[in-house]
Amino acid sequence: MNFDELLDAAEKCDVSKIKHTKLAILGSHATQFLNMALQAAGQISEINYHIYEADYDQIEMEILNPDSGLYEFAPDYVFIIQSGLSLQKLFYQLKDQDKANFADMIESKWNDLTLQLLEHRPKAKVLLMSYELLNDNVFGNYYPKVRNSFYHQLTEINYRLMKLAEKNDSLYLVDTNSLFLRRGIDQARNWSQYVNSDLHFSLDFYADISIAVTGIIASLTGRFKKCVILDLDNTLWGGVIGDDGLSNIQIGSLGIGKAFTNFQKWLLQLKERGIILAVCSKNTEEVAKEPFLQHREMILRLDDISVFVANWSNKADNIRYIQDILNIGFDSMVFVDDNPAEREIVRNNLPMVCVPELPEDPALYLDYLISLNLFETTTHSENDSIRTKQYQEESERKKLQFTVTNMDEFLASLEMTGSIEPFTEEDFPRLAQLSQRSNQFNLRTVRHTQSDIEQLAHDPKYITMSVKLRDKFGDYGLISIIIVELRENREAFINTWLMSCRVLKRGVEELVLNYIIEKAKEKGYDVVIGEYLPTAKNKLVEKHYPNLGFETCGENLYKIEVNNYNNLKHFIKND
Amino acid sequence: MTNEEILGQLTQVMKKVFNMQNIVVTETTVATDIEKWTSITHIRLVVEVERFFKIKFKSLEIQKWNNVGDMMKSIQTHLAAK
Repeated sequence: MNFDELLDAAEKCDVSKIKHTKLAILGSHATQFLNMALQAAGQISEINYHIYEADYDQIEMEILNPDSGLYEFAPDYVFIIQSGLSLQKLFYQLKDQDKANFADMIESKWNDLTLQLLEHRPKAKVLLMSYELLNDNVFGNYYPKVRNSFYHQLTEINYRLMKLAEKNDSLYLVDTNSLFLRRGIDQARNWSQYVNSDLHFSLDFYADISIAVTGIIASLTGRFKKCVILDLDNTLWGGVIGDDGLSNIQIGSLGIGKAFTNFQKWLLQLKERGIILAVCSKNTEEVAKEPFLQHREMILRLDDISVFVANWSNKADNIRYIQDILNIGFDSMVFVDDNPAEREIVRNNLPMVCVPELPEDPALYLDYLISLNLFETTTHSENDSIRTKQYQEESERKKLQFTVTNMDEFLASLEMTGSIEPFTEEDFPRLAQLSQRSNQFNLRTVRHTQSDIEQLAHDPKYITMSVKLRDKFGDYGLISIIIVELRENREAFINTWLMSCRVLKRGVEELVLNYIIEKAKEKGYDVVIGEYLPTAKNKLVEKHYPNLGFETCGENLYKIEVNNYNNLKHFIKND
Repeated sequence: MTNEEILGQLTQVMKKVFNMQNIVVTETTVATDIEKWTSITHIRLVVEVERFFKIKFKSLEIQKWNNVGDMMKSIQTHLAAK
């Protein structure tokens, strides 16, 4: 998207009613256009940025001075924009003998600045831009052998920044170079503007950067894509399975088949990362499944697909069905289909679903989808990759549910066992991740990062609970997080209660409340207070506390007496 | 393209960049006549004019502009060279 296209698109979006996201911009050069582009990128992603723009080239001053405007502003996010050009200027000022240590200097500068910043604003997230590749060709291609060449040092610095981001949970790197490549150097920089107005990048490139930064911030606030729904004929393979038959569809290393094979290989990588794959195809189910079972050159197999829907009904309805099984928001789904008419139907009926305008030529599918960077993420755990199995199990449970009419009987037949324990170190990544992902069953939507979780685990003022569940079909793993704050006046306040929607109506809420009350009693607390903070997504739990027997005691506030409490019924055995 | 046509289209671009619907631009208009024509919006104006007319100005040429008329002459020269 070009700068003016971004600004135009933003004009159609009103975010004034959405809560502010406080973002500070620190730049090694003037940032006015970045500021404009960021506002706009926020608007099209439903983020209402409140931006603090520091004077340019004041990065160190803003971070080191505890009374700076930056700290007064109290940002949630700090975006630091730099450029290879400003780096080059620093490098050229060095004496020759210092040049070989340039990377050490720059690395320790960013390390120190980031740590300082996080000491003053422990909750902030720092987004740091890497340096665009800029070979000054003083040594040409000989640069790897010359430590004191600029390009050698620049390449080294980008590597070191990556390593800093790897070990610092609150530091995120914005990969400038993938954007720079996409835009192309002649479009990403305008030398005339640089010389006349000290603009280090073109306006269009500020748009690219802003969209990337906003993608990271959206992901940090729990908005990211979780699922790809795939059409089959001419999307996953060339040709039409129902007409051409198994031996004539195009897939494999020959001809256009290679494009589909490469696309599938990439999808498999996404699946291994934890993205859910689903199929939605206009086909007879057995025919549609045949290539997955029989074709030797198919990369994706049936057990890679969490939900497989092949029938002749409307795709929008089928996507609603998939959504019902997966229990994730429509805004976390991507629908990939080569047929423009199907795309249009889905776009019109389900505007929240992301529907990429796939190019006509299958050879271009993959690069086009990659260019959109749809799957930005800010967490990763190994659990992600076993989710496919869990969703397949969920399909099985749904089938069972249809055959059982009595709910208690159904719940008992699941043979559930559960455990509740305080946060343990091995669960920290998964706890942080669940905290970022849960939108619907989340009473107060307080997001906890891994470092927050670690602190809470050791704070005696809090009781932490991680809840795990399994049943006869499989293991759900960690599915619910509760954090109870022990307040004065013998009041226990439920700071966080969130749960994965996959285990809704299984009795986990009852199990948890029994446990909370038991713990409160043990510690000598009389009252447990719960709060519901409404968001656009958590209407599901609006009546959560009244449903569990809490009394209203203020706006969105509920309480329950510990001593008159009778344990609630559920069908979950202790693990 | 005639001078009037160029002036008309330039005015459209300016309306968009300065976000002002009712501005009157003539060949003698200078930046100080329009409140929103600052050093910053000027950069954007140049980008949008280049994009609109599909031309590329030279750095020196931009520096020599004194009023809208000078800008129009530059645009005319580039269009003629296409």
